[in-house]
Amino acid sequence: METFVPSLLNGVIYGLLLFMLSSGLTLIFSMMGVLNFAHASFYMLGAYFAYTITQSTNFWFALILAPILAGLVGAGVEKWGLRKVHANGHVAELLFTFGLAYLIDEIVKIIWGRNAVNYRIPEALDFTIFRLYGSDYPAYRIFMLFVAISMLVALWFLLKKTRAGLIIQAALTHPHMVGHLGHNVPRIFMTVFGAGCALAGLAGVIGGNYLVTEPSMAVLMGPIVFVVVVVGGMGSLEGAFIASILLGLLQTLAISVDTTFGEIFGFLGLSGTSEVGSISIASLAPMIPFLMLVLILMIRPRGLMGDREF
Amino acid sequence: MNTAGATEPMLKVNDLHAFYGKSHVLRGVNMEIMPGEVIALLGRNGVGRSTTAKAIMGEIAPRGEIIFKGEVISGLESHRIAHLGLGYVPESRDIFPAMTVRQNLILGIKNMKAPGKYSVDDMLDMFPNLRARADNPAGVLSGGEKQMLTMCRTLMGDPELIIIDEPTEGLAPKIVQQIGDMIAEIAKTGVSILLVEQKLSIALRIADRVYVMGHGEIVYGGTPDEFKARDDIKKEWLEV
Repeated sequence: METFVPSLLNGVIYGLLLFMLSSGLTLIFSMMGVLNFAHASFYMLGAYFAYTITQSTNFWFALILAPILAGLVGAGVEKWGLRKVHANGHVAELLFTFGLAYLIDEIVKIIWGRNAVNYRIPEALDFTIFRLYGSDYPAYRIFMLFVAISMLVALWFLLKKTRAGLIIQAALTHPHMVGHLGHNVPRIFMTVFGAGCALAGLAGVIGGNYLVTEPSMAVLMGPIVFVVVVVGGMGSLEGAFIASILLGLLQTLAISVDTTFGEIFGFLGLSGTSEVGSISIASLAPMIPFLMLVLILMIRPRGLMGDREF
Repeated sequence: MNTAGATEPMLKVNDLHAFYGKSHVLRGVNMEIMPGEVIALLGRNGVGRSTTAKAIMGEIAPRGEIIFKGEVISGLESHRIAHLGLGYVPESRDIFPAMTVRQNLILGIKNMKAPGKYSVDDMLDMFPNLRARADNPAGVLSGGEKQMLTMCRTLMGDPELIIIDEPTEGLAPKIVQQIGDMIAEIAKTGVSILLVEQKLSIALRIADRVYVMGHGEIVYGGTPDEFKARDDIKKEWLEV
Protein backbone atom coordinates (compact mmCIF):
# COMPACT_ATOMS: atom_id res chain seq x y z
CA MET A 1 0.00 0.00 0.00
CA GLU A 2 2.84 2.42 0.83
CA THR A 3 4.13 2.20 -2.74
CA PHE A 4 0.77 1.63 -4.41
CA VAL A 5 -1.04 4.85 -3.49
CA PRO A 6 1.79 7.26 -4.42
CA SER A 7 2.35 5.26 -7.61
CA LEU A 8 -1.32 5.51 -8.42
CA LEU A 9 -1.21 9.28 -8.01
CA ASN A 10 2.00 9.54 -10.02
CA GLY A 11 0.46 7.36 -12.71
CA VAL A 12 -2.57 9.62 -13.00
CA ILE A 13 -0.35 12.71 -13.21
CA TYR A 14 1.86 11.13 -15.87
CA GLY A 15 -1.28 9.99 -17.70
CA LEU A 16 -2.70 13.52 -17.68
CA LEU A 17 0.61 14.86 -19.00
CA LEU A 18 0.36 12.30 -21.81
CA PHE A 19 -3.20 13.44 -22.48
CA MET A 20 -2.03 17.04 -22.79
CA LEU A 21 0.17 15.86 -25.65
CA SER A 22 -2.14 13.28 -27.17
CA SER A 23 -5.27 15.48 -27.17
CA GLY A 24 -3.57 17.95 -29.50
CA LEU A 25 -2.11 15.19 -31.62
CA THR A 26 -5.43 13.42 -32.02
CA LEU A 27 -7.23 16.65 -33.03
CA ILE A 28 -4.48 17.35 -35.56
CA PHE A 29 -4.74 13.77 -36.81
CA SER A 30 -8.49 14.19 -37.41
CA MET A 31 -7.70 17.29 -39.43
CA MET A 32 -4.76 16.07 -41.51
CA GLY A 33 -5.51 12.37 -41.70
CA VAL A 34 -1.91 11.56 -40.79
CA LEU A 35 0.05 11.57 -37.54
CA ASN A 36 2.18 14.63 -36.93
CA PHE A 37 5.69 13.34 -36.28
CA ALA A 38 6.77 16.73 -35.03
CA HIS A 39 4.17 16.92 -32.26
CA ALA A 40 6.55 16.06 -29.42
CA SER A 41 8.96 18.68 -30.78
CA PHE A 42 6.46 21.33 -29.67
CA TYR A 43 6.50 19.72 -26.22
CA MET A 44 10.26 20.20 -26.26
CA LEU A 45 9.95 23.78 -27.53
CA GLY A 46 7.53 24.53 -24.68
CA ALA A 47 10.10 23.34 -22.14
CA TYR A 48 12.96 25.30 -23.70
CA PHE A 49 10.88 28.46 -24.14
CA ALA A 50 9.87 28.15 -20.48
CA TYR A 51 13.53 27.74 -19.47
CA THR A 52 14.55 30.90 -21.34
CA ILE A 53 11.59 32.93 -20.09
CA THR A 54 12.25 31.78 -16.53
CA GLN A 55 15.82 33.06 -16.82
CA SER A 56 14.72 36.65 -17.31
CA THR A 57 11.37 36.65 -15.50
CA ASN A 58 9.82 33.82 -13.53
CA PHE A 59 8.03 30.49 -13.89
CA TRP A 60 4.54 32.01 -13.85
CA PHE A 61 5.25 34.15 -16.90
CA ALA A 62 6.67 31.10 -18.59
CA LEU A 63 3.57 29.06 -17.77
CA ILE A 64 1.45 31.52 -19.79
CA LEU A 65 3.90 32.71 -22.43
CA ALA A 66 5.74 29.52 -23.45
CA PRO A 67 2.60 27.61 -24.60
CA ILE A 68 1.47 30.70 -26.52
CA LEU A 69 4.84 30.88 -28.27
CA ALA A 70 4.76 27.16 -29.08
CA GLY A 71 1.22 27.64 -30.40
CA LEU A 72 2.28 30.56 -32.61
CA VAL A 73 5.16 28.54 -34.05
CA GLY A 74 2.66 25.72 -34.69
CA ALA A 75 0.16 28.05 -36.37
CA GLY A 76 2.96 29.42 -38.56
CA VAL A 77 4.03 25.91 -39.55
CA GLU A 78 0.43 25.11 -40.56
CA LYS A 79 -0.16 28.33 -42.46
CA TRP A 80 3.10 28.61 -44.39
CA GLY A 81 4.18 24.98 -44.54
CA LEU A 82 1.66 22.23 -44.04
CA ARG A 83 -1.17 23.93 -45.93
CA LYS A 84 0.91 23.95 -49.11
CA VAL A 85 2.11 20.38 -48.59
CA HIS A 86 -1.44 19.14 -47.88
CA ALA A 87 -2.36 19.53 -51.56
CA ASN A 88 0.20 16.85 -52.44
CA GLY A 89 -1.33 14.15 -50.27
CA HIS A 90 -0.73 12.25 -47.08
CA VAL A 91 2.72 10.86 -47.80
CA ALA A 92 4.03 14.36 -48.45
CA GLU A 93 2.45 15.58 -45.20
CA LEU A 94 3.93 12.73 -43.21
CA LEU A 95 7.40 13.33 -44.63
CA PHE A 96 7.03 17.05 -43.98
CA THR A 97 6.32 16.52 -40.27
CA PHE A 98 9.15 13.97 -40.14
CA GLY A 99 11.59 16.54 -41.53
CA LEU A 100 10.18 19.22 -39.26
CA ALA A 101 10.84 17.09 -36.16
CA TYR A 102 14.52 16.79 -37.07
CA LEU A 103 14.70 20.45 -38.02
CA ILE A 104 13.36 21.52 -34.60
CA ASP A 105 15.76 19.05 -32.93
CA GLU A 106 18.74 20.62 -34.63
CA ILE A 107 17.55 24.19 -34.01
CA VAL A 108 17.16 23.40 -30.31
CA LYS A 109 20.71 21.98 -30.20
CA ILE A 110 22.11 25.07 -31.93
CA ILE A 111 20.34 27.53 -29.64
CA TRP A 112 20.42 25.74 -26.27
CA GLY A 113 23.27 23.26 -26.69
CA ARG A 114 23.46 19.49 -26.69
CA ASN A 115 23.30 19.01 -22.94
CA ALA A 116 20.35 19.29 -20.60
CA VAL A 117 19.54 22.84 -19.44
CA ASN A 118 18.99 23.78 -15.82
CA TYR A 119 15.20 24.23 -16.01
CA ARG A 120 13.98 23.73 -12.46
CA ILE A 121 10.82 23.51 -10.47
CA PRO A 122 10.05 27.02 -9.10
CA GLU A 123 10.98 27.54 -5.47
CA ALA A 124 7.44 28.50 -4.55
CA LEU A 125 6.32 24.96 -5.48
CA ASP A 126 9.39 23.11 -4.24
CA PHE A 127 8.13 21.75 -0.94
CA THR A 128 6.39 18.74 0.53
CA ILE A 129 2.65 19.08 0.39
CA PHE A 130 1.76 16.02 2.47
CA ARG A 131 3.22 12.79 3.78
CA LEU A 132 1.85 9.66 2.21
CA TYR A 133 2.55 6.37 4.04
CA GLY A 134 5.72 7.80 5.53
CA SER A 135 7.17 9.36 2.38
CA ASP A 136 7.11 13.01 1.31
CA TYR A 137 4.88 13.93 -1.61
CA PRO A 138 6.13 16.93 -3.65
CA ALA A 139 3.78 19.88 -4.07
CA TYR A 140 4.83 20.30 -7.71
CA ARG A 141 3.17 17.05 -8.68
CA ILE A 142 -0.11 18.25 -7.24
CA PHE A 143 0.39 21.48 -9.20
CA MET A 144 0.83 19.41 -12.39
CA LEU A 145 -2.37 17.57 -11.54
CA PHE A 146 -4.16 20.89 -11.10
CA VAL A 147 -2.90 22.36 -14.40
CA ALA A 148 -3.75 19.17 -16.29
CA ILE A 149 -7.27 18.95 -14.90
CA SER A 150 -7.88 22.66 -15.60
CA MET A 151 -6.79 22.10 -19.19
CA LEU A 152 -9.00 19.03 -19.49
CA VAL A 153 -12.08 20.92 -18.26
CA ALA A 154 -11.32 23.93 -20.48
CA LEU A 155 -10.88 21.72 -23.56
CA TRP A 156 -14.05 19.78 -22.85
CA PHE A 157 -16.04 22.98 -22.33
CA LEU A 158 -14.68 24.59 -25.49
CA LEU A 159 -15.35 21.60 -27.73
CA LYS A 160 -18.68 20.42 -26.34
CA LYS A 161 -20.37 23.55 -25.05
CA THR A 162 -19.49 26.39 -27.41
CA ARG A 163 -20.46 27.10 -31.01
CA ALA A 164 -16.79 27.53 -31.87
CA GLY A 165 -16.19 24.00 -30.56
CA LEU A 166 -19.06 22.64 -32.67
CA ILE A 167 -17.64 24.35 -35.76
CA ILE A 168 -14.21 22.84 -35.04
CA GLN A 169 -15.65 19.35 -34.63
CA ALA A 170 -17.72 19.67 -37.80
CA ALA A 171 -14.73 21.04 -39.73
CA LEU A 172 -12.62 18.03 -38.73
CA THR A 173 -15.10 15.59 -40.28
CA HIS A 174 -16.80 17.65 -43.04
CA PRO A 175 -14.39 20.45 -44.03
CA HIS A 176 -16.03 21.22 -47.39
CA MET A 177 -19.54 21.49 -45.96
CA VAL A 178 -18.39 23.71 -43.12
CA GLY A 179 -16.76 26.00 -45.69
CA HIS A 180 -20.00 26.16 -47.70
CA LEU A 181 -21.81 27.24 -44.54
CA GLY A 182 -19.53 30.29 -44.44
CA HIS A 183 -16.95 29.24 -41.85
CA ASN A 184 -13.30 29.91 -42.62
CA VAL A 185 -11.95 26.36 -42.60
CA PRO A 186 -8.29 27.20 -43.34
CA ARG A 187 -8.32 29.53 -40.33
CA ILE A 188 -10.01 26.86 -38.18
CA PHE A 189 -7.32 24.35 -39.18
CA MET A 190 -4.56 26.81 -38.38
CA THR A 191 -6.13 27.45 -34.98
CA VAL A 192 -6.52 23.74 -34.23
CA PHE A 193 -2.91 23.06 -35.19
CA GLY A 194 -1.71 26.02 -33.16
CA ALA A 195 -3.83 25.10 -30.14
CA GLY A 196 -2.64 21.48 -30.30
CA CYS A 197 0.95 22.69 -30.36
CA ALA A 198 0.22 25.09 -27.48
CA LEU A 199 -1.10 22.17 -25.40
CA ALA A 200 2.05 20.20 -26.20
CA GLY A 201 4.01 23.31 -25.21
CA LEU A 202 2.13 23.48 -21.91
CA ALA A 203 3.02 19.85 -21.25
CA GLY A 204 6.63 20.85 -21.89
CA VAL A 205 6.44 23.77 -19.45
CA ILE A 206 5.15 21.67 -16.58
CA GLY A 207 6.89 18.42 -17.59
CA GLY A 208 10.28 19.79 -18.63
CA ASN A 209 11.31 20.69 -15.09
CA TYR A 210 9.69 17.61 -13.57
CA LEU A 211 11.57 15.35 -16.00
CA VAL A 212 14.64 16.70 -17.84
CA THR A 213 14.83 19.45 -20.47
CA GLU A 214 17.26 18.13 -23.07
CA PRO A 215 17.41 17.80 -26.87
CA SER A 216 16.39 14.13 -26.74
CA MET A 217 13.16 14.78 -24.82
CA ALA A 218 11.07 14.94 -28.01
CA VAL A 219 12.49 11.68 -29.32
CA LEU A 220 11.80 9.99 -25.98
CA MET A 221 8.25 11.28 -25.62
CA GLY A 222 7.12 11.17 -29.27
CA PRO A 223 6.70 7.41 -29.68
CA ILE A 224 4.76 7.12 -26.41
CA VAL A 225 2.30 9.80 -27.51
CA PHE A 226 1.85 7.96 -30.81
CA VAL A 227 1.02 4.82 -28.88
CA VAL A 228 -1.59 6.69 -26.84
CA VAL A 229 -3.30 8.02 -29.97
CA VAL A 230 -3.32 4.65 -31.74
CA VAL A 231 -4.39 2.67 -28.66
CA GLY A 232 -7.11 5.22 -27.84
CA GLY A 233 -8.37 5.17 -31.42
CA MET A 234 -7.27 7.62 -34.08
CA GLY A 235 -9.18 10.87 -33.83
CA SER A 236 -11.00 10.05 -30.58
CA LEU A 237 -10.40 12.43 -27.67
CA GLU A 238 -12.18 10.14 -25.23
CA GLY A 239 -10.02 7.25 -26.40
CA ALA A 240 -6.86 9.34 -26.05
CA PHE A 241 -7.88 10.19 -22.50
CA ILE A 242 -8.50 6.58 -21.49
CA ALA A 243 -5.31 5.39 -23.17
CA SER A 244 -3.26 8.19 -21.55
CA ILE A 245 -4.42 7.32 -18.05
CA LEU A 246 -4.09 3.58 -18.71
CA LEU A 247 -0.56 3.95 -20.00
CA GLY A 248 0.40 6.37 -17.23
CA LEU A 249 -0.83 3.95 -14.58
CA LEU A 250 0.64 0.81 -16.17
CA GLN A 251 4.07 2.35 -16.63
CA THR A 252 4.23 3.94 -13.19
CA LEU A 253 2.90 0.90 -11.38
CA ALA A 254 5.24 -1.44 -13.25
CA ILE A 255 8.25 0.65 -12.22
CA SER A 256 7.20 0.41 -8.59
CA VAL A 257 7.01 -3.39 -8.65
CA ASP A 258 10.26 -4.83 -7.31
CA THR A 259 9.31 -8.42 -8.01
CA THR A 260 11.47 -10.41 -10.44
CA PHE A 261 10.28 -13.20 -12.71
CA GLY A 262 12.32 -15.56 -10.53
CA GLU A 263 10.12 -14.79 -7.56
CA ILE A 264 6.97 -15.32 -9.64
CA PHE A 265 8.36 -18.64 -10.93
CA GLY A 266 9.21 -19.62 -7.36
CA PHE A 267 5.68 -18.77 -6.28
CA LEU A 268 4.34 -21.00 -9.06
CA GLY A 269 6.66 -23.81 -7.96
CA LEU A 270 9.05 -23.41 -10.90
CA SER A 271 12.79 -22.84 -10.79
CA GLY A 272 13.64 -19.18 -10.17
CA THR A 273 17.28 -19.33 -11.09
CA SER A 274 17.16 -19.09 -14.89
CA GLU A 275 18.29 -15.96 -16.82
CA VAL A 276 14.64 -14.97 -17.28
CA GLY A 277 14.25 -15.23 -13.51
CA SER A 278 16.59 -12.32 -12.87
CA ILE A 279 14.49 -9.90 -14.99
CA SER A 280 12.43 -7.58 -12.83
CA ILE A 281 8.91 -6.39 -13.66
CA ALA A 282 10.16 -2.79 -13.29
CA SER A 283 12.63 -3.26 -16.13
CA LEU A 284 9.73 -4.09 -18.45
CA ALA A 285 8.08 -0.70 -17.91
CA PRO A 286 9.61 1.01 -20.98
CA MET A 287 8.37 -1.88 -23.12
CA ILE A 288 4.73 -1.62 -22.06
CA PRO A 289 3.61 1.15 -24.45
CA PHE A 290 5.01 -0.62 -27.49
CA LEU A 291 3.63 -3.97 -26.39
CA MET A 292 0.24 -2.28 -26.15
CA LEU A 293 0.69 -0.76 -29.62
CA VAL A 294 1.53 -4.10 -31.22
CA LEU A 295 -1.28 -5.92 -29.42
CA ILE A 296 -3.97 -3.34 -30.16
CA LEU A 297 -3.08 -3.27 -33.86
CA MET A 298 -3.43 -7.06 -33.95
CA ILE A 299 -6.57 -7.40 -31.87
CA ARG A 300 -8.51 -4.15 -32.30
CA PRO A 301 -7.02 -2.04 -35.08
CA ARG A 302 -9.45 0.85 -34.62
CA GLY A 303 -8.24 1.33 -31.05
CA LEU A 304 -10.29 1.51 -27.86
CA MET A 305 -12.72 4.25 -28.97
CA GLY A 306 -11.81 5.05 -32.57
CA ASP A 307 -14.13 4.67 -35.51
CA ARG A 308 -11.63 4.41 -38.32
CA GLU A 309 -9.16 1.72 -39.23
CA PHE A 310 -5.95 2.19 -41.11
CA MET B 1 -41.11 33.61 -60.02
CA ASN B 2 -38.90 35.84 -62.13
CA THR B 3 -38.70 39.29 -60.54
CA ALA B 4 -40.20 41.70 -63.07
CA GLY B 5 -37.86 44.30 -64.40
CA ALA B 6 -34.63 42.67 -63.29
CA THR B 7 -32.22 42.70 -66.19
CA GLU B 8 -28.91 41.75 -64.60
CA PRO B 9 -28.43 38.05 -63.90
CA MET B 10 -27.80 37.13 -60.28
CA LEU B 11 -25.39 34.40 -61.35
CA LYS B 12 -23.57 34.32 -64.65
CA VAL B 13 -21.31 31.45 -65.66
CA ASN B 14 -19.07 32.08 -68.69
CA ASP B 15 -17.11 29.32 -70.42
CA LEU B 16 -16.58 27.29 -67.24
CA HIS B 17 -14.06 24.45 -67.42
CA ALA B 18 -13.09 22.04 -64.65
CA PHE B 19 -10.82 19.03 -64.37
CA TYR B 20 -10.59 15.96 -62.17
CA GLY B 21 -6.93 15.10 -62.49
CA LYS B 22 -6.41 14.88 -66.24
CA SER B 23 -10.03 14.30 -67.15
CA HIS B 24 -11.71 17.35 -68.62
CA VAL B 25 -15.15 17.27 -66.93
CA LEU B 26 -16.61 20.70 -67.72
CA ARG B 27 -16.03 21.88 -71.26
CA GLY B 28 -17.29 25.44 -71.41
CA VAL B 29 -20.50 25.72 -69.39
CA ASN B 30 -22.52 28.92 -69.92
CA MET B 31 -25.60 29.75 -67.86
CA GLU B 32 -27.48 32.61 -66.25
CA ILE B 33 -29.82 32.77 -63.29
CA MET B 34 -31.97 35.86 -62.77
CA PRO B 35 -32.95 37.11 -59.30
CA GLY B 36 -35.79 35.03 -57.86
CA GLU B 37 -35.59 32.47 -60.65
CA VAL B 38 -35.74 28.69 -60.21
CA ILE B 39 -33.55 26.85 -62.69
CA ALA B 40 -33.52 23.09 -63.09
CA LEU B 41 -30.28 21.58 -64.35
CA LEU B 42 -31.07 18.28 -66.05
CA GLY B 43 -28.92 15.59 -67.58
CA ARG B 44 -27.76 12.03 -67.26
CA ASN B 45 -25.41 10.88 -64.52
CA GLY B 46 -21.81 11.86 -65.07
CA VAL B 47 -22.38 14.75 -67.48
CA GLY B 48 -20.97 17.28 -65.04
CA ARG B 49 -24.00 18.73 -63.23
CA SER B 50 -22.62 18.16 -59.70
CA THR B 51 -19.21 19.28 -60.88
CA THR B 52 -20.78 22.53 -62.10
CA ALA B 53 -22.29 23.03 -58.63
CA LYS B 54 -18.95 22.28 -56.94
CA ALA B 55 -17.05 24.60 -59.28
CA ILE B 56 -19.48 27.47 -58.60
CA MET B 57 -19.16 26.86 -54.84
CA GLY B 58 -15.36 26.84 -54.91
CA GLU B 59 -15.00 23.20 -53.91
CA ILE B 60 -13.04 22.39 -57.05
CA ALA B 61 -10.86 24.85 -58.95
CA PRO B 62 -12.79 26.42 -61.85
CA ARG B 63 -11.40 27.82 -65.09
CA GLY B 64 -13.52 30.47 -66.70
CA GLU B 65 -15.61 33.22 -65.19
CA ILE B 66 -18.31 32.96 -62.53
CA ILE B 67 -20.01 36.23 -61.59
CA PHE B 68 -22.38 36.49 -58.63
CA LYS B 69 -24.19 39.80 -58.08
CA GLY B 70 -21.65 41.56 -60.28
CA GLU B 71 -18.65 40.16 -58.44
CA VAL B 72 -16.23 37.61 -59.90
CA ILE B 73 -16.26 34.65 -57.50
CA SER B 74 -14.25 32.10 -59.50
CA GLY B 75 -11.13 31.31 -57.49
CA LEU B 76 -12.51 32.55 -54.15
CA GLU B 77 -12.47 30.28 -51.09
CA SER B 78 -15.74 28.49 -50.24
CA HIS B 79 -16.47 30.51 -47.10
CA ARG B 80 -16.10 33.81 -48.97
CA ILE B 81 -18.51 32.60 -51.66
CA ALA B 82 -20.96 31.58 -48.91
CA HIS B 83 -20.71 35.00 -47.29
CA LEU B 84 -21.60 36.71 -50.57
CA GLY B 85 -24.98 34.95 -50.40
CA LEU B 86 -24.59 31.59 -52.13
CA GLY B 87 -25.92 28.55 -50.30
CA TYR B 88 -25.20 24.94 -51.19
CA VAL B 89 -27.04 21.73 -50.38
CA PRO B 90 -24.75 18.96 -51.64
CA GLU B 91 -25.86 15.62 -52.99
CA SER B 92 -24.16 13.87 -50.04
CA ARG B 93 -26.29 16.04 -47.68
CA ASP B 94 -23.39 16.18 -45.23
CA ILE B 95 -25.30 16.61 -42.01
CA PHE B 96 -23.10 16.40 -38.91
CA PRO B 97 -24.33 13.05 -37.60
CA ALA B 98 -23.00 13.18 -34.05
CA MET B 99 -24.51 16.62 -33.41
CA THR B 100 -28.15 17.26 -32.59
CA VAL B 101 -30.62 18.67 -35.11
CA ARG B 102 -30.52 21.96 -33.21
CA GLN B 103 -26.71 22.09 -33.27
CA ASN B 104 -26.72 21.37 -37.01
CA LEU B 105 -29.02 24.35 -37.51
CA ILE B 106 -26.86 26.59 -35.29
CA LEU B 107 -23.86 25.80 -37.47
CA GLY B 108 -25.78 27.18 -40.46
CA ILE B 109 -25.60 30.68 -38.95
CA LYS B 110 -22.71 32.47 -40.63
CA ASN B 111 -22.29 35.24 -38.12
CA MET B 112 -23.75 35.14 -34.60
CA LYS B 113 -23.57 38.95 -34.36
CA ALA B 114 -25.77 39.32 -37.43
CA PRO B 115 -28.07 36.28 -37.58
CA GLY B 116 -30.32 35.82 -40.59
CA LYS B 117 -34.06 36.20 -40.92
CA TYR B 118 -34.77 32.70 -39.59
CA SER B 119 -34.07 31.57 -36.02
CA VAL B 120 -33.58 27.94 -35.05
CA ASP B 121 -37.08 27.97 -33.57
CA ASP B 122 -38.58 29.33 -36.80
CA MET B 123 -37.12 26.35 -38.64
CA LEU B 124 -38.37 23.87 -36.04
CA ASP B 125 -41.84 25.48 -36.17
CA MET B 126 -41.95 25.08 -39.94
CA PHE B 127 -40.89 21.43 -39.79
CA PRO B 128 -42.62 19.52 -37.00
CA ASN B 129 -40.63 16.37 -37.91
CA LEU B 130 -37.44 18.19 -37.03
CA ARG B 131 -38.98 19.74 -33.90
CA ALA B 132 -39.77 16.25 -32.58
CA ARG B 133 -36.12 15.28 -32.97
CA ALA B 134 -34.50 18.62 -32.20
CA ASP B 135 -32.27 17.22 -29.46
CA ASN B 136 -31.52 13.87 -31.09
CA PRO B 137 -28.31 13.25 -33.00
CA ALA B 138 -28.91 14.08 -36.65
CA GLY B 139 -27.43 10.72 -37.64
CA VAL B 140 -30.64 8.93 -36.60
CA LEU B 141 -32.91 10.93 -38.95
CA SER B 142 -34.53 9.32 -42.00
CA GLY B 143 -33.26 10.21 -45.47
CA GLY B 144 -36.06 12.73 -46.05
CA GLU B 145 -35.54 14.37 -42.68
CA LYS B 146 -31.81 14.63 -43.33
CA GLN B 147 -32.58 16.37 -46.61
CA MET B 148 -34.94 18.79 -44.88
CA LEU B 149 -32.34 19.47 -42.19
CA THR B 150 -29.66 20.17 -44.79
CA MET B 151 -31.90 22.65 -46.59
CA CYS B 152 -32.94 24.31 -43.31
CA ARG B 153 -29.30 24.53 -42.21
CA THR B 154 -28.42 26.32 -45.44
CA LEU B 155 -31.42 28.66 -45.04
CA MET B 156 -30.11 29.67 -41.59
CA GLY B 157 -27.30 31.47 -43.44
CA ASP B 158 -29.78 33.65 -45.38
CA PRO B 159 -28.61 32.80 -48.90
CA GLU B 160 -29.90 34.71 -51.93
CA LEU B 161 -29.24 31.79 -54.26
CA ILE B 162 -29.23 28.13 -53.24
CA ILE B 163 -27.72 25.35 -55.30
CA ILE B 164 -29.53 22.13 -54.40
CA ASP B 165 -27.94 18.95 -55.75
CA GLU B 166 -30.15 15.86 -56.22
CA PRO B 167 -32.37 16.47 -53.18
CA THR B 168 -34.75 13.60 -53.87
CA GLU B 169 -32.22 10.89 -54.61
CA GLY B 170 -32.96 7.65 -52.77
CA LEU B 171 -36.19 8.95 -51.19
CA ALA B 172 -39.66 7.37 -51.20
CA PRO B 173 -42.18 8.93 -53.68
CA LYS B 174 -44.25 10.54 -50.92
CA ILE B 175 -41.15 12.18 -49.44
CA VAL B 176 -40.04 13.29 -52.91
CA GLN B 177 -43.33 15.18 -53.15
CA GLN B 178 -42.71 16.88 -49.77
CA ILE B 179 -39.17 17.90 -50.70
CA GLY B 180 -40.52 19.33 -53.96
CA ASP B 181 -43.10 21.36 -52.00
CA MET B 182 -40.41 22.58 -49.65
CA ILE B 183 -38.24 23.81 -52.54
CA ALA B 184 -41.27 25.57 -54.04
CA GLU B 185 -41.90 27.24 -50.65
CA ILE B 186 -38.28 28.42 -50.45
CA ALA B 187 -38.59 29.86 -53.95
CA LYS B 188 -41.72 31.81 -52.90
CA THR B 189 -39.61 33.71 -50.34
CA GLY B 190 -37.70 35.23 -53.27
CA VAL B 191 -34.58 33.06 -53.04
CA SER B 192 -33.14 31.98 -56.40
CA ILE B 193 -32.59 28.25 -56.81
CA LEU B 194 -30.38 26.17 -59.04
CA LEU B 195 -31.84 22.69 -58.76
CA VAL B 196 -29.80 19.75 -60.00
CA GLU B 197 -32.46 17.07 -60.46
CA GLN B 198 -33.07 13.85 -62.36
CA LYS B 199 -36.81 13.58 -61.79
CA LEU B 200 -38.59 15.55 -64.49
CA SER B 201 -41.86 15.55 -62.50
CA ILE B 202 -40.27 17.66 -59.74
CA ALA B 203 -38.03 19.76 -61.97
CA LEU B 204 -40.72 20.78 -64.44
CA ARG B 205 -43.22 21.54 -61.67
CA ILE B 206 -40.95 23.96 -59.83
CA ALA B 207 -38.64 25.45 -62.44
CA ASP B 208 -39.03 28.72 -64.36
CA ARG B 209 -36.41 27.54 -66.85
CA VAL B 210 -34.50 24.35 -67.50
CA TYR B 211 -30.99 23.71 -68.74
CA VAL B 212 -29.95 20.32 -70.09
CA MET B 213 -26.35 19.26 -69.78
CA GLY B 214 -24.46 16.73 -71.88
CA HIS B 215 -20.76 15.94 -72.13
CA GLY B 216 -19.68 18.78 -69.86
CA GLU B 217 -21.62 21.60 -71.48
CA ILE B 218 -25.12 23.05 -71.68
CA VAL B 219 -26.89 21.55 -74.69
CA TYR B 220 -30.34 23.08 -74.27
CA GLY B 221 -32.05 25.92 -72.40
CA GLY B 222 -35.74 26.85 -72.32
CA THR B 223 -38.95 27.11 -70.29
CA PRO B 224 -40.58 23.91 -69.01
CA ASP B 225 -43.33 24.24 -71.64
CA GLU B 226 -40.85 24.67 -74.47
CA PHE B 227 -38.84 21.75 -73.12
CA LYS B 228 -41.90 19.46 -72.92
CA ALA B 229 -42.34 19.85 -76.67
CA ARG B 230 -38.75 18.83 -77.42
CA ASP B 231 -38.82 15.05 -77.55
CA ASP B 232 -35.59 15.10 -79.53
CA ILE B 233 -33.72 16.73 -76.63
CA LYS B 234 -35.23 14.31 -74.12
CA LYS B 235 -34.33 11.35 -76.30
CA GLU B 236 -30.79 12.42 -77.02
CA TRP B 237 -29.75 13.77 -73.62
CA LEU B 238 -32.00 12.40 -70.90
CA GLU B 239 -33.45 9.00 -71.66
CA VAL B 240 -31.35 6.07 -70.65
